Amino acid sequence: MDLEYSAAEKLFRDDVRAFIGEKLPKDVAAKVLGHKRLSREDYLGWHRVLHSRGWSGSTWPREFGGPGWTAVQQHIFDEECTAAGAPPLIAFGMRMVAPVIMKYGSAAQQQFYLPRILSGEHWWCQGYSEPGAGSDLASLKTTAVRRGDSYVVNGQKTWNTLGHFADWMFCLARTSTEGRAQEGISFLLIDMKTKGISVRPIALIDGEYEVNEVWLDDVEVPLTQRVGDENKGWTYAKYLLTHERVNIARLGESKRELRSLKAIAARVPNDGRPLIEDVRFRDAIAAVEIELRALEYTVLRVLSAEAAGRDPGPISSALKISGSEIQQTLAELKMRALGPRALPHVPEALDAGWQGEPDGAEWWAALAGRYFNMRKTSIYSGSNEIQRNIISHRLLGL
Amino acid sequence: MQFEIDDEQLALQESVRRFLTERYDFETRRGCLAKPAGTSDEIWQAFAEQGFLSIGLPEAQGGIGGATELMLTMEEIGRALVLEPYLSTVALCAPLIADHGTEAQQADLLPRVAAGGLKLALAHGEADARYASTVRAEARRAGDSYVLSGAKATVPDGAVADLLLVSAKAGKLLAVFLVDPNDPGVRVVRYRTHDGRSAADVFFTDVKLRASQMLGSGDATAALERAVQRGIAALCAEAVGAMEAANAATIEYTKSRKQFGQPIGRFQALQHRMADMFVQATQARSMSILATGRCVAPGTLEAGDAASRRRDVSAAKCYVGKAARFVGQQAIQLHGGMGMADELAVSHYFKRLTMIDMTLGDAAHHLAVVSDAVLREVG
Repeated sequence: MDLEYSAAEKLFRDDVRAFIGEKLPKDVAAKVLGHKRLSREDYLGWHRVLHSRGWSGSTWPREFGGPGWTAVQQHIFDEECTAAGAPPLIAFGMRMVAPVIMKYGSAAQQQFYLPRILSGEHWWCQGYSEPGAGSDLASLKTTAVRRGDSYVVNGQKTWNTLGHFADWMFCLARTSTEGRAQEGISFLLIDMKTKGISVRPIALIDGEYEVNEVWLDDVEVPLTQRVGDENKGWTYAKYLLTHERVNIARLGESKRELRSLKAIAARVPNDGRPLIEDVRFRDAIAAVEIELRALEYTVLRVLSAEAAGRDPGPISSALKISGSEIQQTLAELKMRALGPRALPHVPEALDAGWQGEPDGAEWWAALAGRYFNMRKTSIYSGSNEIQRNIISHRLLGL
Repeated sequence: MQFEIDDEQLALQESVRRFLTERYDFETRRGCLAKPAGTSDEIWQAFAEQGFLSIGLPEAQGGIGGATELMLTMEEIGRALVLEPYLSTVALCAPLIADHGTEAQQADLLPRVAAGGLKLALAHGEADARYASTVRAEARRAGDSYVLSGAKATVPDGAVADLLLVSAKAGKLLAVFLVDPNDPGVRVVRYRTHDGRSAADVFFTDVKLRASQMLGSGDATAALERAVQRGIAALCAEAVGAMEAANAATIEYTKSRKQFGQPIGRFQALQHRMADMFVQATQARSMSILATGRCVAPGTLEAGDAASRRRDVSAAKCYVGKAARFVGQQAIQLHGGMGMADELAVSHYFKRLTMIDMTLGDAAHHLAVVSDAVLREVG
């Protein structure tokens, strides 16, 4: 048993850190670290930088253009990027649809889509949830009806993240109403420029624009854009969800946010003394630090088990629950650190470069909104209640 | 970086588990509970024959394995709710002797530990200090000997130990003395603890000690801290074994107990509780591994800085203590009325898990250690 990174892994980390230090634009990093609004170009610019180094597909095997890193190397890479304030690569392409295409897509699909995901040419979004199909995703009603060499797709998708930036959408649609609900679903790849698609923003709790409704009105999708077999989409969708394993813990992000929380607590005055000197507030920081340490070593155990070729068990659900609760606690503490300064709503201060009054808003204005926004983490990607169902069913076998 | 347990280590753990399953089942343990101190000479001798008392000792003294092997053994001790003074003798005191004792002391004492002829207890904590490491017991120099006075409170396994390792101030040093509980001037108030084990308050009134009864030479503060950290890591591992067993018992119970015409394990309120118990036990195992990984092996130079080691070990004990409380309480809750009965193992797991949290610093104490470290980091 050895808790330390190997010498080779440390060299790898230094290499990654040096590259990021040199190439990550300071203004973009400042936006990420300060929770400012990011443009499409902020994401894509960094994506292209990584692509030019051969690192954009950090989780991909070599045969599809990835660097072929071990799970530990991927973890180190993620942690370094996140710590430095690099914009995240859009998971819907890199981590979600790409593994499905690699495993179940045709050779032609692999040749067309994968290089474009890798280069950043195609931004992907997800067409899963519907107004009537959330946790019970298999009850989805969007239909795909065959007409010649195409499907005609009709329906409504929702909670579509950054779809207003996207070029393509992977989409679950009903191709049969026979048998169990899970058995009549197909997995379609849809060009967002296709006639009949309309994207409408959903106003969110923090006043920001992040997710959309996507309406599909007689959208024609060639049969060649279906992944795998008709009516087998549920299998592919489940594969996609299980493929997300340790990334779901958001470990790197929470480690970064813990550092940020401590810096804020050291900076915010509390009756003339730094807030960090207040035992009650500091104990809350210590408590979340301990939770995060437990999450970190659980993640490292999973990586170690995977490297040894062992199945770590129903652990990704545990990582989702703990990881999301920690994200929420950190966001809450960062807001609470502000005291009365958490109250002012100054949305213009979320744009980089804004300066004005109230005083200091350029650094604190985002924090309460982020607290509200982070309530999503225990809801999305399978709510924490669904994760508890998964754990208990696998434990109990009932 | 690798957290995998190798085949040899797994085989050792398996042999401990098999031995305890065969020789120390719940009914056998119940028989031990009825004895005056809860211990069994027969079991202790069998531990010696199996080599379990040599785990973690230096190779020169016939030791087997190191910290990882001790962690795996402690998990089984927890799973089987063993009442023997294993933690005190093998996890706390023997490594302290190996770490700080002279060669002569090691050669004299450690083979006797391995052979099952010497049970040890660490008499360190004092009533006024609560969980702090403040020592007021004092050994005054008198010629080439010492005179020890003071009191130690709630010494785990102090009621059954053949030899006490007593911390005391000796001039400007903090020292550890090897004290026979039968020596003149030593008064041992023995009692049982809620988990069926035993402990003692020990009073020292002008106890005359030869210079050779001082463990090693020089200040023992750092060695004592390392010993306590090893003890904490061992307790974490024991708690992991006990939590897994309590969780397994709870799952089995909810699958067999029927109410409203179905197994109560079909109810989502109970399922989600068990999912949370699983998550906490899983993460407690991660923290147990962290604590063990941060322990300094006896006789080796300290690698890395003491402050970060202290912070990690306290983080582990805090997490495990809280998890132990949650898992224990909920295991009782999900067993319903039967959880309150002495008959089932679950009530015994709950009591042991509770005592583990309350030993060598509870969750609140260790939270404060981490909190103070946060202040030093950024304040």
